[in-house]
Amino acid sequence: MSDASEGHELDRRGFLQCMAWTGTGLLWSVVGGVPGSRVLGPTAAQAQGAGQSFSFVQISDTHIGFKGAANPDALGTFEAAIARIKALDPKPAFLIHTGDITHAQKAGAFDTVSEALKGTGVERTFYVPGENDVFADGGTEYLNRFAVGGPGRGWQTFDYRGVHFVGLVNVLNFKAGKLGSLGPDQIEWLERDLAPLASSTPVVVFAHVPLWAVYPEWGWVTEDGAQALGYLKRFGSVTVLNGHIHQIMQKVEGNVTFHTARSTAFPQPAPGVGSGPGPIKVPVEELRGVLGVREVRYTAGRDRLAVVDTSLA
Amino acid sequence: MMALLLAAPVAAPAQMESTQVEIRGHGFSTPALTVKAGTTVTWINHDDDAHTVTSTANAFRSPGLDTDETFSFTFTQPGTYEYFCTLHPLMTGKVVVTPERSGT
Repeated sequence: MSDASEGHELDRRGFLQCMAWTGTGLLWSVVGGVPGSRVLGPTAAQAQGAGQSFSFVQISDTHIGFKGAANPDALGTFEAAIARIKALDPKPAFLIHTGDITHAQKAGAFDTVSEALKGTGVERTFYVPGENDVFADGGTEYLNRFAVGGPGRGWQTFDYRGVHFVGLVNVLNFKAGKLGSLGPDQIEWLERDLAPLASSTPVVVFAHVPLWAVYPEWGWVTEDGAQALGYLKRFGSVTVLNGHIHQIMQKVEGNVTFHTARSTAFPQPAPGVGSGPGPIKVPVEELRGVLGVREVRYTAGRDRLAVVDTSLA
Repeated sequence: MMALLLAAPVAAPAQMESTQVEIRGHGFSTPALTVKAGTTVTWINHDDDAHTVTSTANAFRSPGLDTDETFSFTFTQPGTYEYFCTLHPLMTGKVVVTPERSGT
């Protein structure tokens, strides 16, 4: 649908395409849905009775340990997010945390988050790391906690009711002056993982840093993301969920929809606005309006997943 | 933690000099700094984001620096020391260390 996408203007155009297609929502609205619009014919998975409707939740950038002026109580807003999740009906099947669980790997923060998330009443959380979770020790603490027995350094795959989920790690290869990347090992693994799947299989990909070029000047891109996405193009429904930029952006490219999520801790500026990325302070009464969680609903028989963002206000 | 990193295994130079690099807006205030051997460089983080000061050649490595936190390193050996922030790798800088007695 759109070609190479770099910078704000193309993102906006991508979003306008998205709006035209869904006929709903505003980019910065409190609730912005991307509902299904086309019904697929019966697929192999559905024929086997796999595709029953369900929902799951994406939570991102909890930054536990952050005490900056942008939010002196990041734990409090995280707990507000937990309350939102707990109130969801129907109950989500699982949670996905798209990284920056901790702020600068503060001691005890991983424990705080995994304990607190039990308060959602949801049994399982799937994690991918953000750079804040791995920078101090090259990922040792994170990987020993969340990725033991996995196929690689934190990347993972699972299937749920006919939907194929892939968690990717793009924060372990940071090098001076370079962008974050997946690396050849992980990309080869992804290719092998996807190869046996029918193109009608709905796929959800989640990773911390956006896999598409949101704003490369601020590092809001994955250097080899396009290569990974190349293996996803043949699928009829691909939903990509990212964090890192602490704001909602959407883009549609062919059958792939890209979504970045809000943080539960603090907002960041729109791409290119101001001197650089980082926490921005908003009036205290507006803070919870720019933080949030995301519910993703899969409805059997529809090829698109509905993505509903809810603020903590 | 910083004290350990400061313990350089070389005899202390006759005169100690020091200078500061500020971290602000995801950048280093003096991305290319030239100092004489024996100089202590202190980085101070003015951002709300955490940053690190990490040598690309493992000469020094700060912990995560929160707002207003500092990291110091004494450069005893002449050479060029490139560094970056391991949280935001597009943030890069270098310190060029000249011999202590050059020009004297």
